[in-house]
Amino acid sequence: MQAETTSQPATRPAREAKTSRRMLIWREMKKNKHHYVLLSPYMILFFLFTVIPVVFSLILSFFYFNMLEFPRFVGWQNYSRLLFNDDVFMIAVKNTFLFAVITGPVSYVACFLFAWIINELSPKVRAFMTLVFYAPSISGNVYFIWLIFFSGDAYGYLNGFLIKYGFIMAPIQWLTNEKYILPIIILVQLWLSLGTSFLAFIAGLQTVDKTLIEAGAVDGIKNRWQELWFITLPSMRPQLLFGAVMQITASFAVADISIALAGLPSVNYAAHTIVTHLIDYGTIRFEMGYASAIATVLFAIMLGTNLLTQKLIRKVGE
Amino acid sequence: MNQRTLPLFRLSRKINRSFTVSFMLFLLLAVFGVFMALPLVFAVSNAFKPLDELFIFPPRFFVSNPTVDNFYDLVALMGNSWVPLSRYITNTLLITIIGTAGHILFASAAAYPLAKYRFPGSNALFTIVVLSLMFSAQVTAIPNYMVMSWLGWINTQASIIIPSLAFPLGLFLMKQFMEQIPDALLEAAKIDGANEYRIYWTIVMPNVKPAWLTLMILQFPMLWGSDGGNFIYSENLKTLHYALGQIALGGIARAGVGAAVALVLMIVPITLFIISQSSVIQTMATSGMKD
Repeated sequence: MQAETTSQPATRPAREAKTSRRMLIWREMKKNKHHYVLLSPYMILFFLFTVIPVVFSLILSFFYFNMLEFPRFVGWQNYSRLLFNDDVFMIAVKNTFLFAVITGPVSYVACFLFAWIINELSPKVRAFMTLVFYAPSISGNVYFIWLIFFSGDAYGYLNGFLIKYGFIMAPIQWLTNEKYILPIIILVQLWLSLGTSFLAFIAGLQTVDKTLIEAGAVDGIKNRWQELWFITLPSMRPQLLFGAVMQITASFAVADISIALAGLPSVNYAAHTIVTHLIDYGTIRFEMGYASAIATVLFAIMLGTNLLTQKLIRKVGE
Repeated sequence: MNQRTLPLFRLSRKINRSFTVSFMLFLLLAVFGVFMALPLVFAVSNAFKPLDELFIFPPRFFVSNPTVDNFYDLVALMGNSWVPLSRYITNTLLITIIGTAGHILFASAAAYPLAKYRFPGSNALFTIVVLSLMFSAQVTAIPNYMVMSWLGWINTQASIIIPSLAFPLGLFLMKQFMEQIPDALLEAAKIDGANEYRIYWTIVMPNVKPAWLTLMILQFPMLWGSDGGNFIYSENLKTLHYALGQIALGGIARAGVGAAVALVLMIVPITLFIISQSSVIQTMATSGMKD
């Protein structure tokens, strides 16, 4: 009896607090209704074409689905087949990581290094050099120029050059020889990779506080390397984080260039990546459930690497 | 030393710069600059080569007898083909212009409340957008196809245009840029009786012009280079880039025409960037990710 009467007032405020919190949120939402209206066109499309597909892909990866029959639940079967019974996928994973480990860090450092040197130039030259380095990444599909450059016959530029100067006697099949495919794709990928993060670095360098640099000189900073390490890099941390995300995502997504230069499938899968494997199963074999499992693995790799790198870069400045 | 007496030596004005290191760094920049520019210069040079120069042994890098025949051939070839060239150009322009303008409009409308107000869900929504920068579009390719077929958009230009309106990078950059608009400006407009839509359209939008151009330079080349992907089958809906691929498949006889189309495809985005460069750099200065 005693307990009942004492417990009654104890629970009522809790419930009231809960409902009043809900009311508060509702009132807040009503107050901001114009903001939701402004958000909605973008968000509806963003959810429809990005968020829902990610969730849908996750679900679909547990089904067998060929676009004709009704999807059939198969549990972890797609994943176990992918990880234990698909040798080609292992080649794709190996190549993808090779691409990512080389092109990711190299392009990231190149973006920063060239932006840093360009920043020392006078404004007119700076604008010109920015254009030179950025142009490949927006020149659309001009990377097919490399196809002519590495063409397997004697009209290919590299072969022509090498034969003319007597380095080789017969033309080399650059794009169908397993030995050369991977390095060539890495080279072209690097050529294309000075994109959004390069611009972000150029811009970030221009906003570094000049008085900080002068104060640093007074405090005994002796050369440009010390200035870079103690002043420039710490003040650019936000751009560095942004650039890292851009470069990592791009370096795991290598596919278009591989297909354009080496074909799909490439000779002995020498240029096969996770994304080309996904394209193979999704658009050629129509094994949608299996392809979704590949997509989910790719999603996990990309997101995981990005979040881990974010954590690391945040530590560096501390 | 008085700075005004030595305007020529810009570099010496900077603190702690050794000449040798500067020289080495600029040499490095020059070497890689040539590597970056070479294929593009080559693409330009190729487009003006007569056929005999395209297939000369040993290959010559620069054109020696420039000609515009390739461009005439291109027009002639496409005029006689089943689908005229103008059709491909119209399709590409349609996709590119609607996709770019719509993206700027949608992304900025969504960026304004996210940049300037806190309300239930605002943080969560922005976090999802940032997370979606961390994986590429290929991840969602398969469900996207199903969404498209469910909407009945397969083989329509909507399948290319509509998803491009909601790419995450544009919203992210726009929101970061809008954060630097002074709150006082918005408050003043509110006191004058303007509603949120009016503030967005007459105060915020004119103040973020550099960001429009940035979204344009990121969105435009992507749509301009689109080949219709897996969604478009009809020949009369295909894009210029697709037509280029078909011409290139024509082999030796079409090599000159292929080079001409490549030049056309390349020159438009690069020109846009030249025009908008300073605005783009201004926007990118705010692109950083906050701790």
